[in-house]
Amino acid sequence: MTYLEFLNEHGITLLLGTVTTVKVLVCSMILYVIISMIFGLMRLSKNPAIQGIATVYIEFFRGTSLLVQLFWAYYVLPFFGISLEAFTAGVVALGLNFGAYGAEIVRAGILAVPKGQWEAAHSLNFTPAKRIKRIIIPQIFPIILPPAANLTVELLKATALVALVTVVDLTFEAKQINSITWLSAQCFGTALLIYYIMARFALVPFLRWLEVLAARKVGKEKI
Amino acid sequence: MEMGWRWDFTYEILPQMAIATLNTILAAGVGYAIALIVGLFFLLGQRTPSKIFNWINREIVEFIRSTPLLIQLFFVYFVLPQFGITLSAWLCGMITIGLHFGTYMSEVYRGALEGVSKTQWEACRALNFSTIYTYRRIVLPQAFPIAIPGMGNYLVGIFKDTPLLSTIGVAELFHAATAVGGYNYRYLEPYTLVGIIFLTLSIPAAMWVRKLERDVNISQGKIKK
Repeated sequence: MTYLEFLNEHGITLLLGTVTTVKVLVCSMILYVIISMIFGLMRLSKNPAIQGIATVYIEFFRGTSLLVQLFWAYYVLPFFGISLEAFTAGVVALGLNFGAYGAEIVRAGILAVPKGQWEAAHSLNFTPAKRIKRIIIPQIFPIILPPAANLTVELLKATALVALVTVVDLTFEAKQINSITWLSAQCFGTALLIYYIMARFALVPFLRWLEVLAARKVGKEKI
Repeated sequence: MEMGWRWDFTYEILPQMAIATLNTILAAGVGYAIALIVGLFFLLGQRTPSKIFNWINREIVEFIRSTPLLIQLFFVYFVLPQFGITLSAWLCGMITIGLHFGTYMSEVYRGALEGVSKTQWEACRALNFSTIYTYRRIVLPQAFPIAIPGMGNYLVGIFKDTPLLSTIGVAELFHAATAVGGYNYRYLEPYTLVGIIFLTLSIPAAMWVRKLERDVNISQGKIKK
């Protein structure tokens, strides 16, 4: 069977799997961005209880393996009466795991905003909430976006793991086709290529565009 | 089926999990050793006099870095036998992890080498040192401390990615948990134990890396004690 024949027969299935992968990516991306914002701020709180919760969360999710968390969400949570659909379990596990890494990036970004900005906001009598919302947060984006872009590419790669909790994504389809046809080189090779194209020619340019946008927003032109 | 945590079951499976933990540590160690060496080759491959060769190397690194480890594992495990090369699951896993993290490692090395100031090179040239001597006595001793934190982070990273090896049948911790869970039809204790074992191993490791990073920064004079 030539490669074209292979694509003709299984290309649609792989494409459908790719759509699911994109869905998982987008959902978990939204979730992880929200989580990292909240926990990044909590990590810097002066209240020891709030800071403690954030630290425990971050250390826990960074300390254990994503696959373990994924299986825990899918196979163990039902023991506690919480049955998640495979897709939901996958997105939640990915979001929580990457949220922990993202929170550290946000924390570092907030700390990197020059002290003078805090002091100026303080002297202008901004309330603490307004200070964070209007002065600090808009300035952290140019700082956090480059490391966040790396993390997001890692997230795309990590979405492959949801196939192991029966989400029918690109990896799942590739595995399925492999077990039917045993054309391993073709199906896994194609899957690798699709992931590569998604990362290199869609996700990375998008994130670079966001970086440029963020830099322009705070008046730092980026070439 | 009995709900809730069962301690008797936990004690029953504990020895099995402990042995599997040793396998996980072994896999991480061997994978890391391979990655350290592979990274060196990828680094050298990007610094040859031939521009085309460098570019090809760079693209290979980019490709491996932006595709999932899981599919790479499947690729190596299922495709090599079609070319008449049959390797054990262990060997496949070690090769794939070595290659995958070798690309990351080469970036760490590259960053460290670029972290050494250009004037150091110029000074060595002015003193008429040979390239090898410059690397051995001047550049590498300065680059190594810069590379340590990154190298340490990937050791922890490899450790946390070893559960993926269970998908091709390497008998490490996660594989043992799945086997035990499937046999007894109880996943609560095995998977929770895996999580606890990972936490108890990787948090001290991460703390050690952070301390190392601090020590390096102090010795480089970047932060004060």
